[in-house]
Amino acid sequence: MTLSTLRQQLTSGETTPAAILHRLAGEISARDGQTGAYLSYNLEAALAEAANADLSLPLGGIPIAIKDNINVLGQPCTCGSKFLENFISPYDATVIRKLRAAGAIPFGRMNQDEFAMGSSTENSALQITRNPHDPTRIPGGSSGGSAAAVADLTAIASLGSDTGGSIRQPASHCGVVGLKPSYGRVSRYGLVAFASSLDQIGPLTQTVEDAALVLQAIAGGDPLDSTCLDAPVPDYLSGLNDGVKGLKLGIPKEYFGEGIDPGVRKNVEAAIQALAAQGAEIVPISLPHTEHAVATYYVIAPAEASSNLSRFDGIRYGRRAENPSDILDLYQKSREQGFGPEVKRRIILGTYVLSSGYYDAYYSRAQKVRTLIRRDFESAFTQVDAILSPVAPSPARRLGGSSGDPLHEYLSDIFTLAANLAGIPGISIPCGTTDFDGSKNLPVGLQILAPHLGEAQLLRIAKAAE
Amino acid sequence: MSQSHIDVRYVAKLARLELTDDEVATFQPQLEAILGHVEALSKLDVSGIDLAAHTGVFGKMRDDVPHDSLTQQAMLQNAPDQAQGQIRVPKVVTDA
Repeated sequence: MTLSTLRQQLTSGETTPAAILHRLAGEISARDGQTGAYLSYNLEAALAEAANADLSLPLGGIPIAIKDNINVLGQPCTCGSKFLENFISPYDATVIRKLRAAGAIPFGRMNQDEFAMGSSTENSALQITRNPHDPTRIPGGSSGGSAAAVADLTAIASLGSDTGGSIRQPASHCGVVGLKPSYGRVSRYGLVAFASSLDQIGPLTQTVEDAALVLQAIAGGDPLDSTCLDAPVPDYLSGLNDGVKGLKLGIPKEYFGEGIDPGVRKNVEAAIQALAAQGAEIVPISLPHTEHAVATYYVIAPAEASSNLSRFDGIRYGRRAENPSDILDLYQKSREQGFGPEVKRRIILGTYVLSSGYYDAYYSRAQKVRTLIRRDFESAFTQVDAILSPVAPSPARRLGGSSGDPLHEYLSDIFTLAANLAGIPGISIPCGTTDFDGSKNLPVGLQILAPHLGEAQLLRIAKAAE
Repeated sequence: MSQSHIDVRYVAKLARLELTDDEVATFQPQLEAILGHVEALSKLDVSGIDLAAHTGVFGKMRDDVPHDSLTQQAMLQNAPDQAQGQIRVPKVVTDA
C-alpha cells in the first residue's frame, strides 16, 4: 500500500499507526528472512512513537525505513560494516528530526554496501540482500536494503543515500521510485560521510507522489550542515499533475551508445515515446564529457572517502583491535580487521591520488574535469528542461556474478555518476520489465535529470512518465 | 600520470591500513587497472578550467552562539575502552 493511501486511511480512522507497524512486522517475519533487506528493527520503540503520533501532520503515523548509515538516536548505525557492528547512535540526523517533525516514525535499519561503497549490496559485511523480483539477483546498491524492502512491501517508504547512483540504481533494479535530490537540498548532518561533495540523502518509494511527500518533509536548510542550502522549499505536490505538454526533454546521445542491454533500451525508448505522446518535445543533445565521468568520479570519491574514513581509528567508537603493541599498531590492526576489501581498496586509491607528487596529476585534474562535466549539463539545460536516460546499462545481475574486476563494476555506474559530480537532482522510476540472462520480468528504470534545485519539475515529469 | 604503478603496501601504510600479503597481491593489479582507466583524464585539455570544489553557493557560517551538544555519557557510550569519564588508549609517549 502506498504512503498516500495509508495517509488517507489513517486520517479516516480506517487504520492506526500501531496497526501499520504490526502489519509491517508481520510482513518482515514472513518474507525478509529470504530478502534480507532489514539489518534490524525495533518494534517496541516504534510502537512507543506510534502511540503519540500526530495524524494531522503530513507524514503523521507513517513508518519509514532508514538506511543504516543515517543516525537515529538509540538505534544501531552499522553502515554495513564490522567496524560499527556494535555502534549505537547518540543523536538523530537532521533528516530524522525533520521526518519526526512531519509525524513519521523511523522504523528499521536497512542493509547497504559497506560505507555505501558498491552497487550490489554484496559489499555489506553483515548480510546478503536479495532482489524481491528474483532472489538469485542483487538488489543493486548501495541502498539495496532500502530499495528491496519497498519492492518487497516490507516497508512503505525508505531513506537511502546516493553518492554516485546509490539510490537510483537499486530503485531501478528493484522496480521502485528513487530520488537523489540536488546537492545542498537535504541536510547531510548525521549521514555517515562517504564523499562529502557528492553525498545526498533521498527517498525510495512505491510512487512518485510518495517521493514528493517524503522530499517535502526532509528538504531545507540546516545550520548543522554548511553545504545545505537555505533556498525556499517549493510545494512539490501542487504541480505534480501538470503534465509534460510543451516541455523539452533532452536525449543525450552518449547515454544510448553501445553496451546497453536491448531490453533496457527498448523500455527506456518506449517511456520516451510515451512522454512525447503526452506533448513533450524530444530533443537530441550531447553531454560530451560523459566518457570521463567514471574516471573523474573514481578519483574524487575515493579521495574524499580516504579522508572521511580516517575517523575510524578504533579510539572513540567502533572496533578496536586487541593487544596492540603501540598506538600505531592499534590504528592499523583495528582498520585492517574492521574494513572489508572494497573499503580498503578505495581508501588506498584515495590516499594515493592525494599523496605528494600525485595530487595535481590526479586530484586537481579530476576536479577540473568535474567542472567540464558540470558545464555539459549547464549548457544542455539552456536547451532542454530535463534529460532522459537509462539508469543502468542492464537489469540486476546475479548475486555472486561479479566479474571480480572492480573497474568493470565501476564502469556500470556510468549513467548515474555525472548527476552527483554536477550536483543536479535525478530520479529513477520503473519503466517496465524485460527478460534478461535467463530471468523473466526484471525491472528497468528510467532516469530523469533536472537542473540544480529543479526537483518540482523533475517530479512532475516523473509523474507523467509513471 | 605516465605510469599507473602504485606501491600498495606503502600507500596502505600512509592510510594506516595493515594489509595481508594476499590483500596486496589482490589489490595491486586491480588498483593499477583503475589508475590506467583514470589516465584518460591526462589527455583532456583543462588549461584555464577552474577546480570544482563544491556545487552551488556555500560558505555560510552559523551564528557563534552556544548550543546544546552531546553529553559526556553520550560521547562515551561507544568508546571501546574508558576510565574516569575519559577514553582510554595505549600509552602514546615513552619515558625519556
